[in-house]
Amino acid sequence: MTAIDAAVGLGRRSLTRGRRPPRLGLVLAAGVLLLIILIAVVPGLFTDRSPTGTASVDALRGPSGTHWFGTDQLGRDVFTRVAHGAGRSLRLGVGATVLGVLGGAVLGLAAALGGRAADTVLMRLADVLLALPPLLLALLAMTVLGNGAWNLTLAVAISTVPGYARMVRAEALVVRRSGYVEAAVGLGLRRWLLVARHILPNTLGPLLVLATVGFGTTLIAASSLSFLGFGAEPPTPEWGLMLSEGRNYLSTAWWIGVFPGAAIAVTVITVNVVGRHAQARYTRRTSR
Amino acid sequence: MTATPASSTPWPATTGRRPRRRGDDGPAAPHPDGSAGPVWARVLRGVAAAVGRRVAAAAAVMLGAATTAFIALHLLPGDPVAIILGPSTMASPEVRAQIRLDLGLDRPLIMQYLHYLGQLLQGDLGESYQLQQPVSRLIGDQLRPTVELALAAIVVAVVLAVASAVATAGRRPGLRALANLWELVAVSTPSFWLGILLLTAFSFRIELFPVAGADGFSALVLPALTLGLPVAGILGQVLREGLETALEQPFVTTARARGLSQTAVRLRHALRHATVPLVTLSGWLTGTLLGGAVLVEKVFARPGIGALTLQAVSSRDMPVVMGVVLLSALVFVVISTAVDLLYLAIDPRLRAEDKGRGPQHDQEPQHDQEPQREQNHEEPAPDMKKAGVKGAGT
Repeated sequence: MTAIDAAVGLGRRSLTRGRRPPRLGLVLAAGVLLLIILIAVVPGLFTDRSPTGTASVDALRGPSGTHWFGTDQLGRDVFTRVAHGAGRSLRLGVGATVLGVLGGAVLGLAAALGGRAADTVLMRLADVLLALPPLLLALLAMTVLGNGAWNLTLAVAISTVPGYARMVRAEALVVRRSGYVEAAVGLGLRRWLLVARHILPNTLGPLLVLATVGFGTTLIAASSLSFLGFGAEPPTPEWGLMLSEGRNYLSTAWWIGVFPGAAIAVTVITVNVVGRHAQARYTRRTSR
Repeated sequence: MTATPASSTPWPATTGRRPRRRGDDGPAAPHPDGSAGPVWARVLRGVAAAVGRRVAAAAAVMLGAATTAFIALHLLPGDPVAIILGPSTMASPEVRAQIRLDLGLDRPLIMQYLHYLGQLLQGDLGESYQLQQPVSRLIGDQLRPTVELALAAIVVAVVLAVASAVATAGRRPGLRALANLWELVAVSTPSFWLGILLLTAFSFRIELFPVAGADGFSALVLPALTLGLPVAGILGQVLREGLETALEQPFVTTARARGLSQTAVRLRHALRHATVPLVTLSGWLTGTLLGGAVLVEKVFARPGIGALTLQAVSSRDMPVVMGVVLLSALVFVVISTAVDLLYLAIDPRLRAEDKGRGPQHDQEPQHDQEPQREQNHEEPAPDMKKAGVKGAGT
């Protein structure tokens, strides 16, 4: 839709005009992000408690030296649960981003290179899907697919495909018209080789950068669905789910819901800072 | 990609639909249709054609949305009759057969599709599987709280964004860094978490606002803040960029030379230029608000379209989900079309330039004003993510 494109185009400018975050912020963000990834991969390094081990005597304790993030209604250590939930939550976000980017790349390339009919059909379809709020599209997919972590990943991925597809198509069209592709065509390079050697590599660069920036949105979308109760089942430590459990104890124990949410927010902020930096660098390099 | 024999024209002629770059087709001819006649008649024809194209595009999107919803309904695994009757049913085969007949499930799929479209045209969205009520009535009953919430959120977002942008655009680096930081945090914070923070602080610690419900103004404050803050972050970003561009224009110097104060120049002149991009965000905005309403209504236990959607998705009540999807597509399409037409009225160049181009390229003339786009033009859809439209899914 026109309005979206224009608006988004304007948004694009806002990040390309040399307004990168300061160096200190970037280093800090990268450091925190690495720490989060480390926690996600080996949570046992940071806590030796069990994420599902209950202890009713310790229920609903506030944050302290022994329980950094306090304990929940069953006496489980909230920090331990946040640490153990990191892997699961990040996997949802990474999985959905990867699937969305792959789907978008395939459909976008098909639209750009597959002839007029394919292009028209795919882009009209993208227009339709972009007219729906992403969360609603994901919920529609959830209704069809049913609950569960895998279906949730798929649903979130589906909601991001139309956007990536349009971007890949546009990028591929620009590459296709560039001098080196014309030269390659003139030299008689086979079509599939042209795609594999020239169009694909030159389209993927910007796509990867956008995927980094898009990861934040995707992570929020995935934890939103989890928060709404369509993902993991209750005993599982998962950030979105922990937040929705914490919602019921806000009057007495704010820490149950606040810390998992903070984990999501911090992750998204750091990814955004790093992603925007990558984007600014990429734009500078390509526009020289 | 499969290998295809090389031909003299290696690429199908799809170039008519490629993203147009500045200058590559030359500036649009002044009289694209080449017809004679008075100027006003040409302009009128151009406007009529442009309006027709946009309305047709909007109708096509709606048809697509209806088809998507129909396909989703039929992708739903399991027998609809079983879903309607619920898990613990003692219904006899006769009852089941009767339900099948009532729903028209015995007819061929294409007939069901046409019937469904016909019903939609009459404003009939079908009947809920679970609540045994027409979907249109269910939605109508829940519309008011959600519309209130969305409008309040827009007010919050616009006020905050304008204040932040006017105060910081082109000012000291420290101030701008601060604005950058708050915008980054605003777009990166999941709205449901923000809601929980606000609830903790202002409903449980200081008992200032009610914890749940949708009665009265005080119940609207926290939900509107929750929904509006992430939007404010994005609007603020776009607005500040627009302001900074506008402040570099010669007319600012002229206005200053006439003796206007810096603030007056900002508010009276630069802000108007900067709000043009904001108008184009409206389509995206409606989508965000509708999607965000699902989460905010859950956090604050408010009634509304979001709560209805959530309930319907949980019980796999597809007709209701479809109804909400169609409603949001309709709102989106109506608003974006209205904004497009508004542009048409504002900017005469659009009337001349988009002759013979698809509706998705209509934004081009605006971009043509910005030389920097020339260097790295790409169709901007996913840039939404980069633009920090982090709230899109929340």
